[in-house]
Amino acid sequence: MPTAIVVENVSKQYTLGETHRNVSFREALTSIVTRPFRRHAHQGETILALDDVSFEVKEGQVVGLIGRNGAGKSTLLKVLTKITYPTSGRMKVCGRVAALLEVGTGFHSELTGRENIYLNGSILGMKKREIETQFDAIVAFAGVETFIDTPIKRYSSGMRLRLGFAVAAHLVPEVLLVDEVLAVGDVEFQKKCLQAMDDLRSGGRTVVFVSHNMAAVENLCSRAIWIDNGRIREDGAAKDVIKSYMSIFAKSRQAGSGTLRSANRRGSGEIQITGVEFLDTEGRPKPLIRCGDPVVVRLYYECHKRVLRPHFGFEIRTDLGTLVANVSTWSAGVEIPHLDPGEAYADLEFEALNLIPATYYASLWVQSTGGITYDYLDLCTVLDVESPERHASGRELDSQFGIAFLPCKWKCQAPASLSV
Amino acid sequence: MITTAESIHELWRYRELFYFMAWRDIKVRYKQSVLGVLWAVIQPFATMIVFTLLFNKLAKIDGGGIPYPIFSYSALLPWTYFSMTVTAIGTSLVTNRDLLTKVYFPRTIIPSSSAIRGLVDMGVASIMLVGMIVYYHFQTAPPGQPEWSFQPTWALLLWPMLLIPLVMFTLGVGMIFAALNVKYRDVRHALPFFVQMGLFLTPVIYPTSRVPESLQGLIALNPLCGIIESFRTALLAGEVNWPQLGTSLVVTAVVFCVGILYFRKTERSFADIV
Repeated sequence: MPTAIVVENVSKQYTLGETHRNVSFREALTSIVTRPFRRHAHQGETILALDDVSFEVKEGQVVGLIGRNGAGKSTLLKVLTKITYPTSGRMKVCGRVAALLEVGTGFHSELTGRENIYLNGSILGMKKREIETQFDAIVAFAGVETFIDTPIKRYSSGMRLRLGFAVAAHLVPEVLLVDEVLAVGDVEFQKKCLQAMDDLRSGGRTVVFVSHNMAAVENLCSRAIWIDNGRIREDGAAKDVIKSYMSIFAKSRQAGSGTLRSANRRGSGEIQITGVEFLDTEGRPKPLIRCGDPVVVRLYYECHKRVLRPHFGFEIRTDLGTLVANVSTWSAGVEIPHLDPGEAYADLEFEALNLIPATYYASLWVQSTGGITYDYLDLCTVLDVESPERHASGRELDSQFGIAFLPCKWKCQAPASLSV
Repeated sequence: MITTAESIHELWRYRELFYFMAWRDIKVRYKQSVLGVLWAVIQPFATMIVFTLLFNKLAKIDGGGIPYPIFSYSALLPWTYFSMTVTAIGTSLVTNRDLLTKVYFPRTIIPSSSAIRGLVDMGVASIMLVGMIVYYHFQTAPPGQPEWSFQPTWALLLWPMLLIPLVMFTLGVGMIFAALNVKYRDVRHALPFFVQMGLFLTPVIYPTSRVPESLQGLIALNPLCGIIESFRTALLAGEVNWPQLGTSLVVTAVVFCVGILYFRKTERSFADIV
């Protein structure tokens, strides 16, 4: 099969603080004058965002790029899309390329939905005629028929997003490069997006897809490339690569619960989650969690500034990244009127943690009612669920029985003739 | 590094984006403003009135046989284009940083599409110029002022052609500032100052003939000098100072090439540092 993307020994070096050094023209001029008098020209610290990366993608292949934040995935995608140039190495993408690093790039809020479709479409590389023929389909996909002639500054953020994705979904590139766009939007819309991606795949397009959503990568991609520290750490069948990627979270775990290590921590920091502990209902540390046990998850936090109506959340994922549950004070309807600066904790009690024995990963977050993320610790702790102490049948449960153990009872009606 | 031929071919492929970007700028400018298109006229017209009162009535600078209001207004049209557009281009990369960091397209599209909007403004403002010419054509000159009437000559044909060097010079200067502004943010503050100084070094307020002989050669190095003076004389006096215009065209070509080369040389790093 012909090759769609060739990347050969690509490296990308950034000078740290390059954007801050010589910010003013005046300083730059002074430094030209003073440079000859300095023994060593000041060399900014450099980092290699990409370090000698090589791979090929065949036509029609759907490849997922995974890795921690800052590992170099996005830089690699930016190099592939020609937005930024590699410091060394070569790369070539054959065929018509469409890059989707953001939904609705170039939208102008003063312009109407109609005008923005044309603008955004042409920015993404569509021809005017293509946009015209697809116009109705785009509007229908976004579901904004009634507002098509309204300036998009009147749109809700959801509508803007849908409009942006609708345009993108109607691109017909030979090679599509996508960054994390699926991380946004409601569930219904995410489904639509995944469907659109799936259509592209079945249409024989080459797709490179950067995502933190392991389930999406596993479903869509046949192959995954794991980027770590600017290098390719593993390249192979999506399922295998995801498995080994998820397992490093287990390795990075320290003994006992309470340690937080997140590759992807973000948030504005008014409240910070400082620790997590798994306890029994009496409040004693629980060294072993068994399927069906009552568990109390204690989130320690430090509040740096008085905040109003914060919400805590807890998310469990499988080792393949599938979301098992996302529980929060918000969804439970628990109102915390305000928090004052200081340290404290929040307890989340599960009457029975009915997870099939396996390794799970938890994410913790705290955000405002308005949606500002104060702290988000992605996959920061490991939750090993062991087999129940006494399972009625004494039989072993494992992941082939699914994710959740639903407490249930069987009652079998035997055929009448057999009853005595 | 892609070759020039490749990049020209690429620009051609992206011509619709160029069109849409220019269209966006025009649309956004005229949306949401009560007076809309009138703004394009008000600015040069109000400036013309101030100039007439200040420089003509007070400082006694005359238009060399041309009524001062049309004398200054006809030069203000290309000058306003230059000053507004060079500022717009100079900041265009920074204002469009979202695009620079998220999408690939030939970077030259951003400054060049910004050069279009001003042409529309200039076109609109020209209607006023026609009105003023008609007015002064039928108006008898006040006592002590030379009689003036509009006499169209072949030189009129030069008027639209002069737009080419005007746009080229504006683009050349603008692209240098745009590229510099990505790296050094204080360029943005220096730009209005340069533009303001430029107004006094360009024969907008005064005719070139008022400049001392000895300095004539020096000011001819400012391409706007020949271009703007020709805009005026081609229309109103039916004559063109060819040596002056020729010098301007040569300097314009140089500035344009330097601008493009510098821009192309630095464009690879735009997305990294903008």
